[in-house]
Amino acid sequence: MATLIDRRGPSRRAVLAGIGAAGALMVSGAAVLNPREAWGLEVTALKPETMRTLIVMARDVYPHDRIPDRYYAIAMKPYEVDAAKDPALKVLVEDGVITLDTLSKAKYGVAYADVGWEDQRVAVLREIEDSAFFQKVRGGLVVGLYNQEEVWPIFGYEGASADKGGYIDRGFNDIAWL
Amino acid sequence: MSAPFDLNDDSVVVVVGSGAGGGTLGTELALKGIKVVILEAGQRHNMEDFVNNEWESFSQLAWTDMRTTSGSWRVHKNFPNLPAWIVKAVGGSSVHWAGASLRFQEHEFKTRTTYGDLDGANLLDWPITLAELEPWYAKAEDRMGVTRTNGIPGLPGNNNFKVFEAGAKKIGYKEVSTGRMAINSEPRADRGACQQIGFCFQGCKSGAKWSTLIAEIPRGEATGNLEVRPQSMVQKIEHDETGKVTAVVYVDKDGKTQRQKARIVAVAGNSIESPRLLLNSASNMFPDGLANSSGQVGRNYMRHMTGSVYAIFEKPVHMYRGTTMAGIVRDEAGFDAKRGFAGGYEMETLSIGVPFMAAFLDPGGWGRSFASAMDGYVNMAGLWIVGEDMPQETNRVTLNTDVKDQYGLPVANVHFDDHPNDVAMRNHAYAQGAAIYDSVGATRTLPTPPYPSTHNLGTNRMSAKARDGVVNKHGQTHDIPNLFIADGSQFTTGGAENPTLTIVALALRQADFIAGEMTRKTI
Repeated sequence: MATLIDRRGPSRRAVLAGIGAAGALMVSGAAVLNPREAWGLEVTALKPETMRTLIVMARDVYPHDRIPDRYYAIAMKPYEVDAAKDPALKVLVEDGVITLDTLSKAKYGVAYADVGWEDQRVAVLREIEDSAFFQKVRGGLVVGLYNQEEVWPIFGYEGASADKGGYIDRGFNDIAWL
Repeated sequence: MSAPFDLNDDSVVVVVGSGAGGGTLGTELALKGIKVVILEAGQRHNMEDFVNNEWESFSQLAWTDMRTTSGSWRVHKNFPNLPAWIVKAVGGSSVHWAGASLRFQEHEFKTRTTYGDLDGANLLDWPITLAELEPWYAKAEDRMGVTRTNGIPGLPGNNNFKVFEAGAKKIGYKEVSTGRMAINSEPRADRGACQQIGFCFQGCKSGAKWSTLIAEIPRGEATGNLEVRPQSMVQKIEHDETGKVTAVVYVDKDGKTQRQKARIVAVAGNSIESPRLLLNSASNMFPDGLANSSGQVGRNYMRHMTGSVYAIFEKPVHMYRGTTMAGIVRDEAGFDAKRGFAGGYEMETLSIGVPFMAAFLDPGGWGRSFASAMDGYVNMAGLWIVGEDMPQETNRVTLNTDVKDQYGLPVANVHFDDHPNDVAMRNHAYAQGAAIYDSVGATRTLPTPPYPSTHNLGTNRMSAKARDGVVNKHGQTHDIPNLFIADGSQFTTGGAENPTLTIVALALRQADFIAGEMTRKTI
């Protein structure tokens, strides 16, 4: 999974330019950067602002405060990869983000990713939750986010066990608080 | 002559499907000296190849050929092309099953008599009784190594069971145990004891769980009388001018169409594919499909009244450690009209991993409510409810002629609506499941909707009279004496119990009947 994301620090200029309401995610050139987590994601098929918005949206759809942005970015990266080959998908995603921003600006005066409160952004998502764009992003996240083995420990899930001899000697019945 | 058999050998019994029904029937016939060819649509895997990863395993094992759905059930909305979560591989869904092995109750063979005439329910008494099936249940339990039978100890309780047991006892339930499971609690029949791996649904990697793949088919093959042909997708059953079936047409692993001649054909493709095959085998003589003079082929589709209750506690449970389903409360399994519904239900421990929890906890759900429930995963306990659902003529597998499979044949459409009795029972079970967990300190309970169907039943049902169903008390079709059904589609009604033990018992009984009739040369 690590290869999906370029690990590199952002320039000081990018850090300064990116300070805004959507946390540490910022756009610099053709990349979305997260200086706090020290990664960057370059995009060519999609606009970098679009990818930044997708990552914010992904967290709003399945908000896990203990999961860093990196894993949401990994879950969204397939849209960049697929949009390069699939013009219809590219239009769906770019237009979907335009719709989000248009609705956000009408409601709050700023683009979706710059809206300060999750509840306010979710109110915008509720308006489009039956759209093909929203369902595509939400449906993709179910596997794209939760099937990343790297996030399982955050949920306390240990994954494969047969290679470790199962749990017969590793706590299958170790509950002590009952 | 021993296996492999010639395509033109018209003395063989051809069994379509290698799961609990077909794999058991084929093996038992082979053990009796009868030549059998099992045609299995899926590949053959070794247990070492099974994967402890839910989605990866799903790709390896699940039946994902195109199907369509309709009706008011939520599966149609959330999983429109996945009505059932069953297996396409040698061993069929016995590779995937959790191992719960329960006998039907006496009254569950007599539902029309016991429950009366329920509006909208197409209830019918089975043409057999519990007493008739008891010796076959006993044989099946021994064969499968079911715990708490034949002196086999119960499985040890895992963390998920301990929470479930404590809660169940606290609210007064008496019949609480790790259940009757076809999972070795100690070494037996050349298979080892359960290693508490979890991932029972993904194929048991230790071999402790009974499946036809590891426990039956190799025994059958060792006789020289059984040949299993994987990746053989049956298209059509052929018949002669007298109406007797003569051959099975299938597409082999290389994409070539083959025709295996047969003395007898037994269909065991699970309750969606079996009626589909009969319907796709329509001919001039049988324009509505084979064995369908009653019009009941594909009707009365049952999937059990199901649902899950997950609960979140203050402290960790690690429910996923160990056997997926070794825990049961049976107190609600009987029939008690005072509860406001016919039939009864079991509550059984169940755990799924983070990937499947995300997919099934609240399909389509999103936002803080959903995510915070997922955040509680490690502190979660879970149970599955499985109860008797009402057969309805309109719940039905039909051919969808607008959608074709990779071979150009119409796919199955599965139509399902809950009966009001199903809804009443589910609501009762949700409340009782939540009460179990609330009593031991749950901070949140999550009534979870039914998954794509794992128990698919009733679409070629048994009946005393030919006009009421598709097969007789031996699973022999009323219309065609050398055509049999050997899977759960022959269930007249579903009972509250997980169906596999009954499928195996019926298959063993059917093998005995077929062998007898062959000796008498009546078929």
